Amino acid sequence: MKVSIYRYNPETDREPSMKEYEVDTQGKDLMVLDILALVKEQDQSLAYRRSCREGVCGSDGMNMNGKNGLACITPLSQVAPGVLEGKKPLILRPLPGLPVIRDLVVDMGMFYNQYEKVQPYLQNNTPAPAIERLQSPEERAKIDGLYECILCACCSTSCPSFWWNPDKFLGPAALLQSYRFLADSRDNATEERLSKLDDPFSLFRCHGIMNCVSVCPKGLNPTRAIGHIRSMLLERGI
Amino acid sequence: MVTPVTSLGRNGLYDWLIQRVSAVIIGVYLIGMLGYLMCTGDLDYGSWKAFMGSVCMQIANTLLVIAVAAHTWVGLWGVTTDYLTSLTFGKAATGVRLIAQVAIALALVVYLLWGLVLIWGGA
Repeated sequence: MKVSIYRYNPETDREPSMKEYEVDTQGKDLMVLDILALVKEQDQSLAYRRSCREGVCGSDGMNMNGKNGLACITPLSQVAPGVLEGKKPLILRPLPGLPVIRDLVVDMGMFYNQYEKVQPYLQNNTPAPAIERLQSPEERAKIDGLYECILCACCSTSCPSFWWNPDKFLGPAALLQSYRFLADSRDNATEERLSKLDDPFSLFRCHGIMNCVSVCPKGLNPTRAIGHIRSMLLERGI
Repeated sequence: MVTPVTSLGRNGLYDWLIQRVSAVIIGVYLIGMLGYLMCTGDLDYGSWKAFMGSVCMQIANTLLVIAVAAHTWVGLWGVTTDYLTSLTFGKAATGVRLIAQVAIALALVVYLLWGLVLIWGGA
């Protein structure tokens, strides 16, 4: 099958280019990360991130035939119709909207900056109990679908609002994490958290197009979390 | 936190709410107008003028004109701050954005005043 990969080395290349490779999959429905390993055998200069190779670490987020996802848990048959059969090439690009360090490796700095802004840790100024802060099963259930985020950046880098204003709009990943702590019964910094989201950009630049939901490899729903935060702001504001 | 001076409500929640409420006003007006046109048989100039000249329609038209102006400003402010940025215009972005926003604002003020004159002018 044909594989077309975005190649760019800022030290030697004037501009990025797509490079074609031929890979023999022996008809198997391999994961995209396996294809990258086969390409790497041909061309040692190819750079990409990978670690756990089972969808837990979030290192190998990339754009596969136009859709973001994790290469390690995306089989060829799910990339696009015709890719597995070799009728269409597999096209791999770095996550859109972030500066490319080299080939498929992007600078995640802007993404982490936004994550840092939501203060993704429990804040509670009441005296700590002797053992731990308890939650009822119902309270605990409220953070299901939120805590599972692995920060792969597939969602934020598929969001046009994040592309245009990556310094002002927090992006779906950071907002999902923001709601994860707003929804946590053990956190009591709700007012401070909400007051930081009340400007026209940080949260409200989300127009609900749901690209984030479409690409999340963990099946999470940042748009719903953003809607919940909007509701909290509305209850607080009127 | 960002507090842009040119956004309508200077606050994300206000802008969001203004856009939703204005959309509802526009939607209700359009449905009402469609209903009126479908339920009215032969519509001549006299009956249309009498209908539009009623106090209820003057108030409805005023609400519509204000809603359209507010909705347009919030929407286009979003468009200008998305696309007229340093990513597309480099260092000139602030100037380009300011000119576009001032032009849109002036056009909307003209539209608003003209609309109010038409509605309440009694011509």
